[in-house]
Amino acid sequence: MSTATEPRKSTAKGKAPAGEKVADWADGRLGIYSLAKANMRKIFPDHWSFLLGEICLFSFIIVILTGVYLTLFFVPSMGEVEYTGSFGPMQGVMMSEAYASTLDISFDVRGGLLVRQIHHWSALLFVVGIFMHMMRVFFTGAFRKPREVNWIFGFLLLVLALFTGLTGYSLPDDLLSGTGIRFMEGAILAVPVLGTYLQMSIFGGEFPGHDIIPRFFVVHVLLLPGIMVGLVVAHLILIVYHKHTHYAGPGRTNNNVVGMPFMPVYMAKAGGFFFLIFGVITLIAATVTINPVWVLGPYRPDQISTNAQPDWYLGFSEGLVRMMPGLEWVIPGGYTLNFGLLVPLAIFPSLLVAIAVYPFFEAWVTKDPREHHIAERPRNNPTRTAFGMAWLTAFAVAMLAGGNDVWAVNFHLSINAITWFCRIAFFVLPVLVFFATRRICLGLQRRDAEKVLHGRESGIIKRLPHGEFIEVHEPLSQDRLYTLTAHEQHQPFELGPDTDENGVRRPVSPLERVRARISKGYFGEQAQIPKPTREEYRAIAESHDEHH
Amino acid sequence: MSDRHHHNPASQETEPRKDVSDDHLPGERRSGELAVLDDPFADPGLPPHEHRRQDIDERAAKRSERTVALLFTVSMLATIGFIVAYLAIPIDEIVYIFPIGHISALNFALGTTLGLALFCIGAGAIHWARTLMSDEERVEERHAVAATPEVKSHVLEEFRKGAEESQIGRRKLVRNTMIGALALVPLSGLVLLRDLGPLPGDKLRKTAWREGSLIVNENTGQPLRPEDITVGSLTQAMPSDLDHHDEDFHAQIAKAAVMLVRLEPEDIKDPRSAAWGHEGILCFSKICTHVGCPATLYEQQTHHALCPCHQSTFDLSDGARVLFGPAGHPLPQLRITVNDEGFLTALGDFEEPPGPSFWERG
Repeated sequence: MSTATEPRKSTAKGKAPAGEKVADWADGRLGIYSLAKANMRKIFPDHWSFLLGEICLFSFIIVILTGVYLTLFFVPSMGEVEYTGSFGPMQGVMMSEAYASTLDISFDVRGGLLVRQIHHWSALLFVVGIFMHMMRVFFTGAFRKPREVNWIFGFLLLVLALFTGLTGYSLPDDLLSGTGIRFMEGAILAVPVLGTYLQMSIFGGEFPGHDIIPRFFVVHVLLLPGIMVGLVVAHLILIVYHKHTHYAGPGRTNNNVVGMPFMPVYMAKAGGFFFLIFGVITLIAATVTINPVWVLGPYRPDQISTNAQPDWYLGFSEGLVRMMPGLEWVIPGGYTLNFGLLVPLAIFPSLLVAIAVYPFFEAWVTKDPREHHIAERPRNNPTRTAFGMAWLTAFAVAMLAGGNDVWAVNFHLSINAITWFCRIAFFVLPVLVFFATRRICLGLQRRDAEKVLHGRESGIIKRLPHGEFIEVHEPLSQDRLYTLTAHEQHQPFELGPDTDENGVRRPVSPLERVRARISKGYFGEQAQIPKPTREEYRAIAESHDEHH
Repeated sequence: MSDRHHHNPASQETEPRKDVSDDHLPGERRSGELAVLDDPFADPGLPPHEHRRQDIDERAAKRSERTVALLFTVSMLATIGFIVAYLAIPIDEIVYIFPIGHISALNFALGTTLGLALFCIGAGAIHWARTLMSDEERVEERHAVAATPEVKSHVLEEFRKGAEESQIGRRKLVRNTMIGALALVPLSGLVLLRDLGPLPGDKLRKTAWREGSLIVNENTGQPLRPEDITVGSLTQAMPSDLDHHDEDFHAQIAKAAVMLVRLEPEDIKDPRSAAWGHEGILCFSKICTHVGCPATLYEQQTHHALCPCHQSTFDLSDGARVLFGPAGHPLPQLRITVNDEGFLTALGDFEEPPGPSFWERG
């Protein structure tokens, strides 16, 4: 950069405006002009599904802003006090300072309730956003090279968000959240060998003790969000570095990105979107009560409320626990293995880890070394789409099971029947959904091929002179033809002949055999419809010529 | 072949082009290869930019400008409204708002004004971007992430030089002791965690119950007599020497909480359970053996106790056997009797630890 040596003249008077002077000062120290040269007018493609990530980012910022405010009033202590605040029904009740200060935030701090509700609503929205965003990335294959690392960052953000949510909603120490902590204690105790030691260490003694809320507090406000801020920054840097994916279309290729510049369009659109989200969440917080801890009362280990549920994003882990039949072994030596908890607690991380490793699994199957910047349509990779839908089905069934008492009460069903349904459905439904999804995708691929070869159904019925009725098909525009045929189709990986050219048996590793099998499952003839070729297109064109 | 009837192929090759020929001459396309005549699937390139109304009609642009300004103005007014509401509305005022119901007036007023103030800034900015800022799409080329072979070999060479200059490969003693030191030093951090909590010892096995402990009603704090426990009712109780104001009250009640039920003696299927009770009054730990929620949803006809957390169901007429759900073993029973004054008392602590199971439980 040679800018520092030569003062630039930008105005007629030969004197730089104040803004430019400040920028010059900063550039001399931070090199902002070079940074801006690369990024100020950076191109971002436009699509509604690209907003989902923004929803996460913005709700994360809102959670942090409101969270900082809440820490000004919240007292993370389990010291017991007698409540003397302005909420009548709790007068004189013994409660922890954490619960008392939560009541104070709700009833004695002007706007405190609003901020508390914005905080909770945006935390829920944050996790919803992450799920939707990850679905978009997954189903369009946007996790493929070079974006696998960013997928992992996003995955870690999801996991951290789950635990930040858990530690957050546990803080008020009300009857519901205390029950959640009790669950955690039971789960920790179930850990073989180390369980009791871990439990004593985490709780600073026997449950509930006096340490868990202050410890959760520091995890919730400092440790986890600190890591998350780092990951969010890394995630954003990689988005800028890789440039955004876009969907295939005329002029949009794997080697370019088509869209509008960050300044001014996305500054206004994304910046505006932040305010839109903040505004909508605030309106929700103004009108819809969330987590009314004052109706539940303070936590006591010997009391319980019905309909005890975690926040929605942990509903599936709750469901896994509810579905599991009781199974406890006392093994020789007098040690207890509590499978009733161990099994669900093993499935819970497995479901999450499946998300993290999928890109690497698919990369191993395809062994595709190229970069991919065109977001695929879900139908064009039926097996991946089917895996995704199967995962979501298992997640949904587990979540359903997590609320089995609520379903039972509201729909007058037997709780045992619901639980049994979920136990079976958890294994059966994902398989059914897997095959159904693949078939639907294949159907959609056939329809695309049909459209490309024969045109679009126009809805106009025509009667020919000899009485035959036909529907008029309109040929697709060049744009549509290109868009529908732009995707590439992998060929299944073949093991090749068993022997080499000298007739000697070629060693093939078992892993390679498995890969060939999986690859056939992904890209074999039952898993994708060959897209129309130029030859087919011409052949149909010519045959029509002969006909008429 | 009249007009556009399809299955006609001859026109199919040309028609797509005819489709675009009027306003979208290939020459206007700004990127991509031009459609090659004999390749029906060729990339026709980026379609030409279509002007919006605001781009050609200054009056429409003015209207957009006014809309944006109006939204920003509404936001300003809403912020003023927020401040006024904060100062004017008492915090404890409840109002009825259709269709929400009775809610805090202050929360509603602050939320709607702030929400509106924020929303209008967002709506204004986005309307500005969509109607007035240029919407012409641009193309940016991508570049491979991976380095060129020259860069790579240069870096590898430099790295090799760096490693060589450090002599880490040659001076094995330095390398190995460094690895040892770095591997050991985190141990201090681990050791520091030791005082997070005490060792478990037999803490999970002992509760506040001992021989002669009076069983008191948890709500009233009054000692219970056998006649207080009626058939079909469930009474929640605790040992008399627990005080709500005790420092460790929560930790104690988390283990010691019990429930008392009275069954017709002939309904009790488990003889040991009947023997541990008193005239059909049975005293069970109410802490679920799954994860420790109080399992106190009592079905008086069937004598089932259900835990509201995960629906573990215990048959209190059969030694609190698990009937359904994830719990792995029965609720422990407390042996009870009646003292000289006619009050129910415990005959000792639980025979087995109450609450969730753990590795050493056995």
